[in-house]
Amino acid sequence: MDLSQSLFAQRFGIAAHDLEHYLSEALSAGGDYADLYFEYLITTSISMDESIVKSATQGTTVGVGVRVIAGERTGYAYSDDLAPEKIRKAAKVAACIASGPSKVQTTGLEQTTKRDLYPLLILPSEASLIERVNLAKRADAAARAADHRVFLVQASYVDSVRHVLVATSDGVLSFDRQPMTRLNVSAFVREGDGAPQSGYSGGGGRVGLEFFVEKTPEHFAREAVRQALVQLEAVEAPAGEMPVVLGPGWPGVLLHEAVGHGLEADFNRKGVSAFSDRVGQQVASPLCTVVDDGTIRDRRGSLNVDDEGVVTQQNVLIEKGILRGYLQDKLSSRLLGARPTGNGRRESYQHVPMPRMTNTFMLAGEDDPEDIVRSVSRGLYCANFGGGQVDITSGNFVFSASESYLIEDGKITRPVKGATLIGNGPEALKYVSRVGHDLKLDEGVGMCGKEGQSVPVGVGIPTVLIDRMTVGGTAA
Amino acid sequence: MTAAGERTILAAIAQQAVELAKRAGASDAECTIAEGDEFGVSVRKGEVENVKEAGSRGAGIRVLMGKRTGSAYTSDLTDEGIRKMVEGAVEIAGVTSDDPWAGLPEDREFGQIEGDLELYHDDVAALSTAEKIAQAKGAEAAALAVDPRINNSEGASFNTHTGRRAFANSRGFVSEYRTSTCSLSTVPVAREGSSMERDYWATAARSAASLEPPEYVGKKAAERVLRRLGPRKVPTQKAPVIFESRVARGLLDHIFDAINGGAVYRKASFLAGKLGEKVANELVTVVDDGTLPGLFGTSPCDDEGVPSRRTVAIENGVLTSYLLNTYSARRLNLVTTGNASRGLTGAAGVGHGNFYLQPGNQTPAEMIRAMGRGLFVTELIGFGVNVVTGDYSRGAVGLWIENGEIAYPVSEITIAGTLQQMLAGIAVIGSDLEFRGALASPAVLVREMTISGVS
Repeated sequence: MDLSQSLFAQRFGIAAHDLEHYLSEALSAGGDYADLYFEYLITTSISMDESIVKSATQGTTVGVGVRVIAGERTGYAYSDDLAPEKIRKAAKVAACIASGPSKVQTTGLEQTTKRDLYPLLILPSEASLIERVNLAKRADAAARAADHRVFLVQASYVDSVRHVLVATSDGVLSFDRQPMTRLNVSAFVREGDGAPQSGYSGGGGRVGLEFFVEKTPEHFAREAVRQALVQLEAVEAPAGEMPVVLGPGWPGVLLHEAVGHGLEADFNRKGVSAFSDRVGQQVASPLCTVVDDGTIRDRRGSLNVDDEGVVTQQNVLIEKGILRGYLQDKLSSRLLGARPTGNGRRESYQHVPMPRMTNTFMLAGEDDPEDIVRSVSRGLYCANFGGGQVDITSGNFVFSASESYLIEDGKITRPVKGATLIGNGPEALKYVSRVGHDLKLDEGVGMCGKEGQSVPVGVGIPTVLIDRMTVGGTAA
Repeated sequence: MTAAGERTILAAIAQQAVELAKRAGASDAECTIAEGDEFGVSVRKGEVENVKEAGSRGAGIRVLMGKRTGSAYTSDLTDEGIRKMVEGAVEIAGVTSDDPWAGLPEDREFGQIEGDLELYHDDVAALSTAEKIAQAKGAEAAALAVDPRINNSEGASFNTHTGRRAFANSRGFVSEYRTSTCSLSTVPVAREGSSMERDYWATAARSAASLEPPEYVGKKAAERVLRRLGPRKVPTQKAPVIFESRVARGLLDHIFDAINGGAVYRKASFLAGKLGEKVANELVTVVDDGTLPGLFGTSPCDDEGVPSRRTVAIENGVLTSYLLNTYSARRLNLVTTGNASRGLTGAAGVGHGNFYLQPGNQTPAEMIRAMGRGLFVTELIGFGVNVVTGDYSRGAVGLWIENGEIAYPVSEITIAGTLQQMLAGIAVIGSDLEFRGALASPAVLVREMTISGVS
């Protein structure tokens, strides 16, 4: 595709010379770099509650963000109107960050290499509404049918298509069409008049409706009910330090919190991360190799190009326990003398890009998952998690185990109530003593927050044994 | 300052959208339009780091086609944009189901508080960029000057927002009001040996004149970060816990989630069905008040056009009211408490006004002396709170208390219990209630929780 075929040219009449003109305006007060981020976002959401399609919403937002960098300074302005005078005004406002002679925009924008990591047959936004409503209805029906103890089901379906155009003063022009689809199911169960319990499941990615042929609404519905039923039997979670086995898949959120955020280059450039100045040092057991990979087909965290026009790639963060590098955006890489890694992301045209994760996971090891559990005499097995959070500076992180079990004499026994696990980023992975051969990526529901901006991400991990971790239950 | 009832083009566009929806066959419709201007500056180590300035607008509509509803939103407020939005809402209503409880409030329930609620102050928009930069620099410099161990900074920022919100519905109700917000915060980083910590202090207000001065913000942030240096992990045990005012606000958030009418009618809350029952220690009185002038939880009416009001949610430990919008009230055979809340579009959820715990009479220092031995929590992280069951488990940072004195900082521990036990176990409530946001709480002493740390 070239510019003339893009939505922005066809619908808003934007031509290459306009882009160059806006970039020149942005650099009119000096500045080292400028970029434009055009966004056209269409979303549809449908939610079922108590077996009623109670609400459905369609929305469209359009806007452009203009950024100017001068040294360590960033000026940012945006407009939700793509009229030329509005874009020029935003460029002038962003330009105020710099103070110097104007820089002439180098002519000629070159398009980034075209690739398609999310080649959909049918865009979700082009499928019929009825077809999409039926996904939620099927999930609702399946969850209700799964067990007589189910008393409430909430199922929602959300999709979006984001059209993006990035033009930069270093001569890059990139387009992307980023689909996102997701189905969520929450099930609530109760035994007689007993206390209710809830379970959650969901999945999706940069996929079309064909995704739900294999991963059916019924699959997610039954999984949500299963998790809720497990909680009916749960006993108090233990408190204190103990061995913890993480199951494969979504428990990879541990990596996201324990190391991922701490390796974002902005924190390290400023020296405020627990991982600052530690490249080349051991921060994990030699069994651990952790990567961030924005190039995996159809995944939630994947991007053809990042939100600064940089082509995404696989980045090795930790190799056999040794810290190898950080996640870079253009600003940090420029200031650190490093190369951009394709991790410059933003929530929308209203937001300044910063280093963010894409899909973060640990490579598979050699151990048999069952052997790993058998090797633990007393500990905790975590099958599923809620969210997590980290204090970048001290390195302390938490994540919530939503489905976990006691390990007694090498066997998974009773389920326990939800509990927070806590550890310290540069230390926790040093206690990894076994890594399974069963690497699994999550089902596609991850959302990551940083400085008020949310972006979709993926995580993954094989079965892993951590010899020592603090479990925050109530049974002291 | 403008009169609260002033109408602009936004209210007219909202009325026009409602009219279009009626013409397209909607039995009822409600439209919200918001516009806002944001400005933000951040400085780090005395230099400007980021400046952001922009304005945006958006509209959202909800249409009822009999008992079916559809919603749509757009950032395009031209006639064409509004027309497409209305068509989109009508189209998508076709795939929803009949919902017997859907609908607008009763006609007699519409209304709004007249008079100036002090939500908009001219001094926010009048601040010059130079003043905003100077305040941010002042706060950061004040923090860095306190102690040589504070040798780094995540910077300081000054943010402002001014906006308008207009609402119209097919029953002829129209409202429009302006708001202004400004805030100043700084995040110093301190180091001692291998220990590196950060903390923050922030002040926010609807008027620039009401902000805490930069020097105060910097010093408070510095005190907080210094007392965290060199933390230890304590042994796993059961002990009393004081939630400092700033973290006690989180407990109010959980109480709100549990009395939110949406969770209550679905029976997805540990407080569902407990109206009239004792759910907390008798010291506990929790109030929601959307009428207090100048505060963040204040508005002339809720997002369905029902006047804001004062509701006592828990009185002397007894659950006296849920917080309700029209929908949840109908489900529970109750009446709305004027707590409907939504962004631009969709069915309204339930929100709170100024939601606070009534203060007691001990200062935090007196509470520490009274506790003798236990944990004084200054920060909580993670999401380990389940409002369906009441299970509670979060990561904690704080100060260990021995003999009524601060002994040493602690971190990398968790505190756990259930919200039921915690509410029943509130033994002392502090005198330090401050409205720094729409949620507010004085410090709270909970008799016993499980602390998980080293073996």
